[in-house]
Amino acid sequence: MTMDGAGVLERTLAEDEVTILDAWIASLRDGTSLRSGRIREAELRTQAKTVLGLLREALAGGGLDADAEGFASIRETLADISRSRAIQGFTPTDTANFVFSLKERVFEALVKTHGTDAQGLAAGTWAASKVLDRLGLQTMEVFLASREEVIGRQGQEIAELSTPVVRLWDGILALPLIGTLDSARTGVVMENLLQAIVDEEAEIAIIDITGVPTVDTLVAQHLLKTVAAARLMGADCIVSGIRPQIAQTMVHLGVELNVVSKATLADAFAVALRRTGRKVVRQQAPAEERR
Amino acid sequence: MERIPILKLGGVLIVTIQVDMHDHLALALEEDLTAMIVRTGARGVLIEISALEIVDSFIGRMLVSIAAIARVLDAETVVAGMRPAVAITLVELGLELTGIRTALNVERGMALIQARLSEEDGHGSDRDGLES
Repeated sequence: MTMDGAGVLERTLAEDEVTILDAWIASLRDGTSLRSGRIREAELRTQAKTVLGLLREALAGGGLDADAEGFASIRETLADISRSRAIQGFTPTDTANFVFSLKERVFEALVKTHGTDAQGLAAGTWAASKVLDRLGLQTMEVFLASREEVIGRQGQEIAELSTPVVRLWDGILALPLIGTLDSARTGVVMENLLQAIVDEEAEIAIIDITGVPTVDTLVAQHLLKTVAAARLMGADCIVSGIRPQIAQTMVHLGVELNVVSKATLADAFAVALRRTGRKVVRQQAPAEERR
Repeated sequence: MERIPILKLGGVLIVTIQVDMHDHLALALEEDLTAMIVRTGARGVLIEISALEIVDSFIGRMLVSIAAIARVLDAETVVAGMRPAVAITLVELGLELTGIRTALNVERGMALIQARLSEEDGHGSDRDGLES
């Protein structure tokens, strides 16, 4: 008797579903998925069962093309599983093995049911390989895409975290910059600062570059743009925290920062206070008072 | 033809731009403002652009030339209320509006002009109106 591969595979899966499922879970258990403790056995079992059921349905619908319409629901389920794995921090191998470890079990079942029917066995094996490989690859694709998404989001969060605008006093803002300044980050910095100037009705913004490791012509240009934009909005900028090496580099490069610059944030703050008509006064003899 | 109204308040002319500036409107404003400065002998011009969302190089250049004309006619120009997006655009366009004074809002802009005028009039530098 001859059958097409999808038929052979579907029948085998239907007949041996429980055996395959148990064997599959067993091999998943031996793998690192469970041992890492990131997922519970019950959950793994539910996932495996759903996937196997959907696979059988898809095969019954006919065809071996895992990209076809009939496989839409299993693709979706695998994508969901894969995405959650990516977020839970599974390794790529773990995630791929979820699908690929099914293959071995399906082959075993095929040998059992079609051991004597060489043609059927070959067709079934080919069908299983084709479908599961495609599904496995697809799982990996989704896994990688999710990981990239996670990385992208983290990058964005870091960018936001590293450009806080701090309110030092009424109308005085500070922008402590940490890390290398590139065009994308400068854009974020500029927007944050200008928005903060509007929100706080700030008169003076202090840009502190103590945490900026290097200043080249490009970074200096970015800084100047930020200062110019702040000025257009009616706020003055003071640059502070230029380290000795950076000052040397800047002069050697011929970079000119035509803005008020102060050595430290404290100096800049003092200037800002003075310009807004305030003064810091030491209370008389505080030490004696305490005694 | 559509025109932007110019208000006179004491020695200061106030212009608020609340529509999208197109080139004709900008040219008309420049002309009107020049005539108005001469007629009233105003000492300050306050251009309020907080409603202006879109600028191009022409509008930026117009602001610069208005300021230059006003200076020739002995009036101080202050641009107030520029939006962050507009500021970024102008800087990216390379128009840093050098020579124009800027203020965060109308109140600060008025204070800036008043301070300047009273200084010139020899009343000393009483910076009243500025928040302490």
